[in-house]
Amino acid sequence: MAGNLTFQDLILTLQNFWASKGCLILQPYDNEMGAGTFHPATILRALGPRPWNAAYVQPSRRPSDGRYGENPNRLQHYYQYQVILKPAPANVQELYLESIKAIGLDPKLHDIRFVEDDWESPTLGAAGLGWEVWCDGMEITQFTYFQQVGGIECDPVSAEITYGLERLAMYVQNVEFVYDLAYNKHFRYGEVFHQSEQEFSAYNFERADTEILFQHFKDAEKQCRELLAGDKQLPLPAYDQCIKASHAFNLLQARGVISVTERAAYIGRVRALAQACCEAWLKTDMGAYTPRFPSKEVG
Amino acid sequence: MPDLLLELFSEEIPARMQPGAARDLERLVVGALTDRGLLFEGIKPFAGPRRLTLAVSGLPAKQRDVREEIKGPKVDAPQAAIDGFVKKTGLTKDQLKIEKTPKGDVYLAVIERAGRDTALVLAEILPEALAKLPWPKSMRWRTGDPVRWVRPLHSIVATLDGEVVPFTFAGVTSGNTTRGHRFLSSGALTVKRFDDYEAALKKAHVILDAEDRKAIIFEGVKSAAFVHGLEMIPDEGLLNEVAGLAEYPVVLIGAIPDQFMDVPAEILQTSMRTHQKYFSLRDPKSGKLANRFALVANMIAEDGGKEIVAGNERVLRARLSDAKFFWDEDRKRSLESRIADLKGIVFHAKLGTQYERVERIAKLAAEIAVKIGADPRKAERAARLAKADLTTGVVGEFPELQGVMGRYYAIHDKEDAEVSDAVRDHYKPVGPSDNVPSNKIASSVALADKLDQLVGFFTADERPTGSSDPFALRRGCLGFLRIVTENGYRLNILEFIDGSIKSILTSEAIRPRADWSSEGVPLIDLLIGTRSMREMLVKADAIENPLVFAQQVVNFQVSRDIQREEIINYVLGETADRSSIAGFRVEQLREKTRRLLLEFFADRLKVALKEKGVRHDLIDAVFALGHEDDLVRLVARVEALQAFLKTDDGANLLAGYKRAANILKAEEKKDAKTFISEVNEGLLAALPEKNLFAALAKAKAGIAPALEKEDFASAMRQMAALRVPVDAFFDGVKVNDEDPRLRENRLNLLAALRAALHQVADFSRIEG
Repeated sequence: MAGNLTFQDLILTLQNFWASKGCLILQPYDNEMGAGTFHPATILRALGPRPWNAAYVQPSRRPSDGRYGENPNRLQHYYQYQVILKPAPANVQELYLESIKAIGLDPKLHDIRFVEDDWESPTLGAAGLGWEVWCDGMEITQFTYFQQVGGIECDPVSAEITYGLERLAMYVQNVEFVYDLAYNKHFRYGEVFHQSEQEFSAYNFERADTEILFQHFKDAEKQCRELLAGDKQLPLPAYDQCIKASHAFNLLQARGVISVTERAAYIGRVRALAQACCEAWLKTDMGAYTPRFPSKEVG
Repeated sequence: MPDLLLELFSEEIPARMQPGAARDLERLVVGALTDRGLLFEGIKPFAGPRRLTLAVSGLPAKQRDVREEIKGPKVDAPQAAIDGFVKKTGLTKDQLKIEKTPKGDVYLAVIERAGRDTALVLAEILPEALAKLPWPKSMRWRTGDPVRWVRPLHSIVATLDGEVVPFTFAGVTSGNTTRGHRFLSSGALTVKRFDDYEAALKKAHVILDAEDRKAIIFEGVKSAAFVHGLEMIPDEGLLNEVAGLAEYPVVLIGAIPDQFMDVPAEILQTSMRTHQKYFSLRDPKSGKLANRFALVANMIAEDGGKEIVAGNERVLRARLSDAKFFWDEDRKRSLESRIADLKGIVFHAKLGTQYERVERIAKLAAEIAVKIGADPRKAERAARLAKADLTTGVVGEFPELQGVMGRYYAIHDKEDAEVSDAVRDHYKPVGPSDNVPSNKIASSVALADKLDQLVGFFTADERPTGSSDPFALRRGCLGFLRIVTENGYRLNILEFIDGSIKSILTSEAIRPRADWSSEGVPLIDLLIGTRSMREMLVKADAIENPLVFAQQVVNFQVSRDIQREEIINYVLGETADRSSIAGFRVEQLREKTRRLLLEFFADRLKVALKEKGVRHDLIDAVFALGHEDDLVRLVARVEALQAFLKTDDGANLLAGYKRAANILKAEEKKDAKTFISEVNEGLLAALPEKNLFAALAKAKAGIAPALEKEDFASAMRQMAALRVPVDAFFDGVKVNDEDPRLRENRLNLLAALRAALHQVADFSRIEG
């Protein structure tokens, strides 16, 4: 095993690998989001007929997963490496396995398995079939064939590959406590993020002002709706508002102020925004869906 | 005789779907072959992580030739009829033959179809069969193509007698090549027939047959455990799943660090099973969970599996750290302090929160405890604690450990031992093979829990239908019956059903408005059904009397999404007599729930006793009395009755009863009255009727006290004594005498016989 692959080496290796396969190497989206899937480069680009191959790192925020820096592997802020390939190439599993080899996991020494795990995001109205990829019993990747996004059927179907970077790095470096990861040769992961995990856990669970957050949610929802109203729609800025609403909801949930029944209602509201954004996106030039068999003009 | 080999090679198929897919593939292909007249000698399906395979042996080389004769119209029939026939047969008029029949000459079409080559037929039917394969969940992957498979399909092998059967499905053209193990083989394998196919796969590190894989795993775990002086804890479900996750299973043993060994074994085992799919091992002597686990890899690693074991151990350590963290955290709070947290857990939208449910169960458990001779305070305590573990971290992570964890936490809190055990055991029996709780405290809570569940969902109109029983009410009811009958608890269940209905109907949770004092309004929620608001309001408009409307609500039910306030105001308008409507509804619902529940109990009891060979009609006959709700007595009565009916006396008495009942039925219909009057002793003319009268008086006097004492054998003996006089009566007495007074008196005598027997059971329900 390439025991010396640092956290940043891991990222660089994946970047180089997927760049060599023809992917656009994009940068993280500058909004708080729960997963790389929320990046418009995945969620919106998975729709419509245009081919799209992109890879990027996405910081992911899951307020409820914070453990004040005390849990060996749970974080409220972590990194995903996200690859979206549209249409899904026939050899996408082989491509993925090549990437695993590139970061030093030799399939001749390890037990690599594709274990059923279908993916569903009620907030995005999205669903797909796929697997979690296991390496020696450890889930290192989520692998999904998108079937639906924003309530809209995907055609072509995209393959989404999501690596949990910290987990993968812990595996590659043989580390049991995430903060012990070598970020590079000079810094540990904990030196970079431990304090932030402590502070944000306190913020997420104790200090975040729920009144403000409820207001944020409403404001974002309102702005999103306004941006999609009428015939001058702006789906990209509208979608930003949808992500903001989603994050406000996640924080409210971490604060424990949303009951079980309300929870479903909030998810429904975010989903409605996401769907409206996706529908609007499909009407733009980049998203436009060109019917496979366009109807003939009526003469 | 040619053999067919069919293989569908795809990306990884979920383990849980493999066996079903293999069966479906077999069924579809068998159907298609039979439809085309292609009979075969043998067929065997296989499924594994990346392939579905079907081997069919002994197919004919071609279909049989078919000759079909179709009779047509007479030769002198109207032209249109003849033209129609010609068109239908697809022949020309010249090709028709003429057959002489007694009715005249008719046209005869002789159609001869030469049998086609099996290969050609297969090329047609196989893609059709594949398109029909019903995956529980499937996906699209081809742009612009709606075709679905469980995961992208990569290749198809289809050979007949070694030759490729060419067809295309999902953009894949069939051929004769496949692939072996993902990492332990390389390149394509060319195959011809099943034998060389299976052998080639084996060489390429793929074990085709799931049964073989299971055997390898089972033996592997067993012998690896043995090496460590341990034994495997059998787990059929896990074995099946793991066999679907590896094409070439390799068993390896890993270690659990000591620091986790004081965490309850159930947590370790559940974590290993559900998250990691490891087999747990135990010490064969003490039966205690061992600090070793068995994992099944899909790889013969170059280092003998060192890395794989090390990796899995690392993952398990992280998993168990999480579990241990929850276990440690959970114990920082008492179970008792968690009861209030149940207010935040909705049990069911129509039935309020877990907290309210626990309140009801606690009350009921205490009442049951009194009846079965247990300490009601302990039962109440156990019931209050019973669901508190639902708010713990461990149960949040592993819901299947509910109850088990509650017991651990109760013991940690130094709760009474019986109470702690009851927290765990009140879920029992969890299935037909599970034991019922024998402890009386656990039984009280278990019975209360199940009864509240049954009554609750019946009141909320969420009864099981057909194969759908989402709240497992059948299982719950069977559990209830088993706890009562196997322990011999003497309970009048109707009393508890009524009590339970009442506490549900008056539950705060289902009360929509605190200021509404009657019991009625909550029922609007409960009555909500599937009809539309509009339909309800139309009905309401047509009805001026709110009481009748309330009845309509009961009968028709109301849509879920209507505004409750709106209905309340509508139904209960200013002038309406609120309490009478409310009371009416409560009564309606109580009666309905009670009736449906009793039927349900009777049905379940029949199922439960069927295995013991108890006749279902006898259960009906005793249930039909309407007052027998002590299940233990009921069963004793049924068993005594069954034994009695097996005797000569019993069989003949039943025949006599049937005869009497038939006569009564006919005559009662004729006279439009029921004969229930006392027999006039002075009008008894013939000896046999005098004897019967005397025997009846004696039996009646004997049966009642025997029943009272629950001496059913004696009650049956009393009935047996009736056989001779009954037979003699029918032999020697004409019921329908010319003298109407004699006739009526004799009918009353028969009615008295009927009444005497109905003390024991409703004999009209007995078959045979």
